[in-house]
This record gives sequence, structure tokens and C-alpha cells, in this order.
Amino acid sequence: MTQITSTMAGTVLQVLVNSGDEIENGQAVMMLESMKMEIPVEAETAGKVSEVKVNAGDFVNEGDTLLILE
Amino acid sequence: MRKILIANRGEIALRIIRTCKKMNIKTVAVYSEADEELPYVKEADTAKLIGPPPVAQSYLHIDRLLEIAAEEKVNAIHPGYGLLSENADFAERVEKEGIIFIGPSSSVMRKMGDKIEARKTMVDAGVPVVPGYESENMTIEEAREEAAKIGYPVMLKASSGGGGVGMVLCEDEQALNQHFEPTIKRSQTYFGSGKLFIEKYIANARHIEVQIFGSATGEVFHLFERNCSIQRRNQKVIEESPSPSLTEPAKNKLYHLAVQAAEAVGYKNAGTIECILDMDENPYFLEMNTRLQVEHPVTEQITGYDLVEWQIKTAFEEKLPVTKQEDIQVTGHSIEFRIYAEDPKTFYPSPGTLTKVHFPNGEGIRVDIGYEAENKVTPYYDPMIAKFIVTADSRHSCIQAARQAFDSVSVEGVKTNIPIHKLVLDSAEFMDGKYHTQTLMNIKGE
Repeated sequence: MTQITSTMAGTVLQVLVNSGDEIENGQAVMMLESMKMEIPVEAETAGKVSEVKVNAGDFVNEGDTLLILE
Repeated sequence: MRKILIANRGEIALRIIRTCKKMNIKTVAVYSEADEELPYVKEADTAKLIGPPPVAQSYLHIDRLLEIAAEEKVNAIHPGYGLLSENADFAERVEKEGIIFIGPSSSVMRKMGDKIEARKTMVDAGVPVVPGYESENMTIEEAREEAAKIGYPVMLKASSGGGGVGMVLCEDEQALNQHFEPTIKRSQTYFGSGKLFIEKYIANARHIEVQIFGSATGEVFHLFERNCSIQRRNQKVIEESPSPSLTEPAKNKLYHLAVQAAEAVGYKNAGTIECILDMDENPYFLEMNTRLQVEHPVTEQITGYDLVEWQIKTAFEEKLPVTKQEDIQVTGHSIEFRIYAEDPKTFYPSPGTLTKVHFPNGEGIRVDIGYEAENKVTPYYDPMIAKFIVTADSRHSCIQAARQAFDSVSVEGVKTNIPIHKLVLDSAEFMDGKYHTQTLMNIKGE
């Protein structure tokens, strides 16, 4: 099980993947917004999304789990 | 005694409070839960909690702001820059409450706030605009056809966008196909409108703007230009006035264009005409900002006037300290460095707690700052920590003084772009003044 965590504090702008999706290494899985800037969160490994932990509009802190890969 | 509510935060709120004190005007500050510790809150005569940190629930919460304005019986509201400063609905609501909005009228703001409408107004007034195509409900076919007519590269922009958000460079048709839908989506997410426009991208352009000011009695003055071409992510990082490497005829053409543009809409109060200049110094109208700009201090430094004081006097229908254009003269040279809480390598924001904040002081040094040590730079707002403004007799001595001054600047606890400023100050392109909007990326070696 791999987790993708937030690299910074901010608001989830868009969730780009769904539970069950196969994702590639380097694929943008989410867009965060912090200090008026959009920041893509990229997967650092390929895998299958087992759970998306956040919704668009949620506020996340650095280190929070965004999604879990099988 | 007059009383002004400042519908803003951080350095600009503090900057406005200072002028109000000088003018013997009482101030009401508003703050979100995230900003309670900031210096501006302590500096105001009265401070009111406005709501939770997210801007929609605090600084953009119009009803709550007007409620505070009524409770405090203020005569006027100063919106600062960003946030609600260019929100015509807000200006209109303030006017309806019988409170003075410190800025232009809501109708002028509405006209200039929509990029498409603003361009139409300028074309009608005979002001040159960048070749482009504007449409309310653009289809991809339409976009392809028009982009081909204009000629690549083109810039695809959200009409209601700003701050470098919602614009994307398309080198060719393939790029246009790729960016079209996401740009519309982003525009809807951020600005509540999917309106787009396509504009010719001018290579190695210089971003030069003119500060204009419309008096209460209808005269329009200019306060010279600012060169804002040192940018990252289409946002300004360093601004200077006067602009280097610009011939007298080109400057005069620019001032004339700016005054003409402001007169075309009967502009009152402080405004900025943003232009881009191509390699042959031809100016094209880009947009008009109907508010005070972040970089207004460089203009204050070289002219010796206080623009916030001018704004307040004009809003209260009082006379300006000048009666004709010749009363406004340039003395010396001024450069502003925006200090951002961001990673200097990636330019990603870096929120955190400031453990140390030290800026030198002395002749020719001005620091407009909204934080002090132990304050948190939170992810809710813009990453700007401070504006470090250096002024001297000439551009050359200004750069020398800035280099020296930066040696004793230290901001710790968050990552900052101070290393970037040092790189720019040491670069040949900046030294010789022939820089453009891509220079920063070139210097950084991207």
C-alpha cells in the first residue's frame, strides 16, 4: 500500500482520478491551490487507486494523505 | 472626524493606515482568524474580526464588511489591491450604502474589469491594442480559425482572469487544442466565467505600465511609467521607475496613450494602464487596473507624492496638490523587489512561521511589510511577505545600493525568493536595462 501525501498546505482544487483508476508514474492526480497558485500533485509510482481521501474544496495540511494506492 | 474602513490585509492595510494617521483620519481594520497577530491589526484604531481564514468567508465577504462599516459608521472604504479592489459589485454596494468607495465609480470599474469590454473601449478611443480575438462563447473551431488569422504563437486568456492565472501560451495549433478546454474550465472555477480571448503573443516583450490619476474635477495626470518586465509565472517580481532603455519619444507616446485611455472612460482616482512594448518600442494596451498597484511605491519615491493621500482626497472630492502635468517631475530612480515566501528553485509557495525578519534601514531604503518575526505566513493568501524599495540618484547607484542592502536582508523560517533578486542584480541583462519578460527565466537557467 502506497500513500500519496500533500507536499504543502492548501485547498484541493480538483481531484483528477477516481477509485479504481490505474495511474502512471508522474501522472497528475490532484490539483491543489495554495497562496493563489495551482500546484499539481504527481504520483511517484504507478499503481491502482484504492481510495481517494479528499474532495475538491477540502483544506489539507502538509503531510496529509490525499489518496491510497493498492 | 473622518473614519475609513480598510477592506484588506497585511502590508497594504498597514500602508493605508500610515497615510490615514498623517491625514488625521481614524481607521478600522478587518482581519480573518489567520491574521489576528499581524502588525496592521494592532496599528489600526479599531480592528474587527471578519471571519474564518478562507477569503470567501472573510475578506471577500461583502455582507459582513458592510455590516462592520455600518456598525463603525465609517465615511469611506479603501479596498487596497487584490481581494475586492476591482469588484464592481462591491463598489456599487458601498455606493448604495452612502459610503464613499475610494477608487473609481463602479460603472467605470465594470467597464474596465472585463478585458473584452476594455479592449473594445480602447479600440473606439483610438488606442492601439494587441491583435486579438474576443468572444463570449468561443468554440474550439472558432479558436483555431482566429488563432491562424492572428498567427502563432498566441496567448489564450481567461477574460476575467488576473494575477497571471488563467493564461497559457500556445506555440501552435496542437497546443491550442490541448489547452482550450482546461482554460475554459479553469476560468469558470476561478473567475466564474468561461469567457476567453486569444491574443498575439509578442516575443521578448517588455511589460511597461503608466500610473495615471484622475482628479475629482476631471483632469487626468500621468505619473510616469514603471517597467515590470522581471516576472515569473506571468507575475511581477521586480519593478522600476523610470524605465531603462526607453527612448524619450517612446515614453511620450506611452504617456499620451495612457492619458487618452483614462480620459476615454472619464476616469477618476488612481489607475494603471498596462502596456506591452514590442522590440520596436510600439506600445499596445493590455489592460487597465482600476486600483492602487502593488508597485506604487516606486512612483511615490521618484515623484515625492503620496498616492494613497491622493486617492483619499479625490474620493472626498478635494483638490490634489498639483494643478497641471508639469507639477509632476521625476527625481532619481527607484526599484522595488517583491519578497515572496516561495521556493526560489520551483517558485512554489512556502508557507510557514517567520523566525527572523530583518531589513536594513537608512537613506533611500523603504520597506513595506505586513509581517514581523513570529508571524505565520499562511497558505490562504498571496505569498508576498514584503516590498523592499531602494531609491537613489541614478539607476546605476540604485543597483549598487540594492546589492549592498540585500547583504543585510534576512528572512528566515520560510523559503524566500531573495536568492533570485541577488541573481537578477548581478546579471548583465538587468545591469544594461535591456531586459524583457523572459529574462528572469533565462537568468535562472531554465
